[in-house]
Amino acid sequence: MSERLIAVVALFVSSLIFPPPYLAAQTFHHELDSLSRSTADHTKFKQLQKDFRSGPEVTEACLECHTEASRQIHRTKHWTWEVPMKDGQMLGKQHTVNNFCIAVEGNEPRCTSCHIGYGWEDKKFDFTSERNVDCLVCHDGTGTYAKYPSGAGHPPYEDTAFGKKQFKAVDLSYVAQHVANPDRHNCGVCHFEGGGGDAVKHGDLDNSLLEPDRHLDVHMASGPDELNMTCTDCHQTEGHQVPGSRYQPMARDMHGFDYPLPDDYPTTCSSCHGLEPHKSYAKLNDHVDKVACQTCHIPAIAKERPTKMWWDWSKAGRLAEDGSQITELDSSGHAVYLSKKGEFVWEQEVVPEYRWFNGELNYTTFMTRIDDSKIVSVNHPDGEPGDSLSRIWPFKVHRGKQPYDPVLKRFVKPILYGEKGSGAYWADFDWDVAIQKGMDNAGLEYSGSYDFVETEMYWPLSHMVSPKEESLGCIDCHARNGRLGNLAGFYLPGRDYNLLVEIVGFSLIALTLLGVSVHGVLRFVSTKQRRDGVQ
Amino acid sequence: MRRVYLYARFQRFWHWMQAVIIFALLVTGMEVHGFFTLIGYELSFHVHNFLAWGLVTFIVLAFFWYITTGDFRQYLTEGNLLEKIGLQVRYYMNGIFRNEPHPFKKNEISRLNPLQRITYLMLTLVGLPLQIAFGFLYYYFNELVAFGMDPDWIEPIALIHTLLAYLLVAFVIMHVYMTTTGHTPTSNIKAMVTGWEEIDE
Repeated sequence: MSERLIAVVALFVSSLIFPPPYLAAQTFHHELDSLSRSTADHTKFKQLQKDFRSGPEVTEACLECHTEASRQIHRTKHWTWEVPMKDGQMLGKQHTVNNFCIAVEGNEPRCTSCHIGYGWEDKKFDFTSERNVDCLVCHDGTGTYAKYPSGAGHPPYEDTAFGKKQFKAVDLSYVAQHVANPDRHNCGVCHFEGGGGDAVKHGDLDNSLLEPDRHLDVHMASGPDELNMTCTDCHQTEGHQVPGSRYQPMARDMHGFDYPLPDDYPTTCSSCHGLEPHKSYAKLNDHVDKVACQTCHIPAIAKERPTKMWWDWSKAGRLAEDGSQITELDSSGHAVYLSKKGEFVWEQEVVPEYRWFNGELNYTTFMTRIDDSKIVSVNHPDGEPGDSLSRIWPFKVHRGKQPYDPVLKRFVKPILYGEKGSGAYWADFDWDVAIQKGMDNAGLEYSGSYDFVETEMYWPLSHMVSPKEESLGCIDCHARNGRLGNLAGFYLPGRDYNLLVEIVGFSLIALTLLGVSVHGVLRFVSTKQRRDGVQ
Repeated sequence: MRRVYLYARFQRFWHWMQAVIIFALLVTGMEVHGFFTLIGYELSFHVHNFLAWGLVTFIVLAFFWYITTGDFRQYLTEGNLLEKIGLQVRYYMNGIFRNEPHPFKKNEISRLNPLQRITYLMLTLVGLPLQIAFGFLYYYFNELVAFGMDPDWIEPIALIHTLLAYLLVAFVIMHVYMTTTGHTPTSNIKAMVTGWEEIDE
C-alpha cells in the first residue's frame, strides 16, 4: 500500500518536473493504409489475376464490376474532346485551332496518346466503344503506367524506343491490381505535359507541381505541415465528370462558400475562401468584384521550369547539310530550334498579362475568316470593365507564327505526324503536301497556297497560387507603369489622372507662388526705401 | 505696440493639429496620386484614410467649441461685408507698401479681419467639408455602388478630390505667406503658438 502511495507521489512529483508535452487527450487514428482508403483490395479480384495482353482487355475486366464506368466516361470531354457552346459552336480539342501543334485531326496517333481511350488513330474511331476507355491512365496507383507517345492511346505492350527514350512494356495485371483514385501524377501525365512536353503549354501546370514547396503552390505544397492538396481536391469529380474548363470558366463566382461541391460547379477560390476573404484589411475585399483572386495571388507562373512563350513554325524545315534534322538547345537544355517545329522562346518566372474576362473565351475556328494584316487571336477573352461578370484576370499569352491560307484567309490543318513518304511534315518537310493532305483528310477547302501569320492564344491562370505574403501589393497595379498599365477603359487610382485637372491645379499653385513672391519682394523693397528715406 | 491675448489654448491646439493633419493628408495624397514614393503607396493609403477621420474629428470638435463658447461671433460681420473686404484687399494691394496702418485693428473681441472671416468660414464650412465628402465618396465607393450609385462616377469623384487638393495647396501657400504681414513678419505665427500677439497701437 505504501509502495503504491510512494509511486503515486513520485509520479505526481515527476509530472511537475517533467510535464507531459500535451495535457489534452490525443485523438486516436488508425494508421492510413490501404484498408482505411478502400473497401476493395483489387489484388483479391479473380478478374484481375491474369495476363492482360492489351489495355482494352483490362477495361473489360473493370467493367465486370464497374458496369457503368465507360458510359460515364463517354459523357466527358476527356473522352469526346469536344465542348458544345451555348451559341451552338462546337469547341474542344478535337475542333479548335491552337498555336502549338495547330490541330488534332490528321495527327491522331500522336495527339491521342493523351486521350482517355485506346486506338483513336483516325476519324473512324468508335466513340461508343466501352472497352476502348482507358481506366488505368487515371487510376494507376503504381506510377508505372504510361501511354506510348505515338500509340494512339495504347501503352507499350513490349519494350519500345521512341526516339532516344525507352518505353518499357507495362505490366498490365500489376497496374490493374493496384488501382487508386487519381493522384497528381495521373492528371499530370497529360496536363503537366500539354503541348508536347513538360511545362510547354500552360505555364501554371508542370511537373514541378508533383512535389512543390509553398512558394511554388501554397495549396499543393507537399512538405510536412503543408496543405498537400491534389488536383481532385478542387476538381472534385462526380460520375467521372471532372469540373473545370477553359472553354467555360467561371470568371466571377457570386455564390461564395460552397465546398464541397456543386451548387456552384466547379470549385472556385471562393468556394473555400468565400466572397470576403481578406480578414485584416477590408479594402482588399472591395476588389473582389472587379479583380480575380488569381490576379494578385499568382504573381508569376513558370516559377521553376521555363514555359514556351513563342513558337515560330515559319522557321521549321531547316536541315543540316547531310539532310539530318537540327536540334539547338539553350544553356538549360531546352530546345530553341527543331527542324520539325521551328523556333521557340522559353521563359521562366513569367509575369502574366491581364485582361477583362467574363468567362467567355472567343475562339477562331478553321472556318473563321481571319484578318491577316495583324496578329490573329486564336482565342481571346471577352469582357469589359462595365459589366458585372467581368473581372481582371491573369493569362499566359502564347504567341507564334503558324501556317494559314492567304487566299481563303483561314487557318490550315497540316498533317505533322506520319511515316516517311506519307506527306507528313515531320517526315517529309514539305508544307504544301502536308497542308493539302491535312485539309483533304478534314474535308476542308484549301486554295493551294500557304503563308505564315502571327498568332496569340490566351490561357487563363488558376494554378501556382503563391502564399499570401508573396501576393501582389497595391503599388503593383496602382502606379503609372504598373501591371495594369495597358488595361484601358476604367479609372484606376494611382495610375490615372486627368490632364486638365493637373494643368489647372499646377497653374493655380504656380500663380499663387508667383503672386506671393512678387508681393513679398514689393513689400521688402518698399520697406527698405522707406527706411532709407527716413535715414 | 501692445500685447493682446488673441488665441485660446483650444484654438491653438486645434489650429496646429489641423495644420499637421492637412499637411500629412496632402503629402500622402500626392503619393497615392503617384507623384513620388515616400512611405509606400499602401502605407500612404492607410495614413490618408486614418487622418481623414482625424480631420473630421477636429472639425466637429471645433464646431462644438465655437458654439459652446460663443466664439463663433468672431466670424460674424456687422455692416457691409463686401465693402469691408474691399478695404482689406485694397490694403494688401496698395496700403501695405506705403506703411499704412491695417484697416481693421485686432483686439480681444475682434481678432479676424473681414477677409480672414470670409476665407476661414468658407474653408471650414464649404472647402474642407466638400473635400472630405468627396474623399468619403471615394473611399466608400463600393458600398455606394451597392446602394445604386453609378460605378462610372469614380472618375469624376477622384478628379474633383484631386482638384480640391490643388486648391488646398494654393490656400496653404497663401495662408503661410499672409502670416508674415503682421506687426513683424513672425508676430502672427508667434501668436498662434503662445496666444499673445504684438499689434500696432
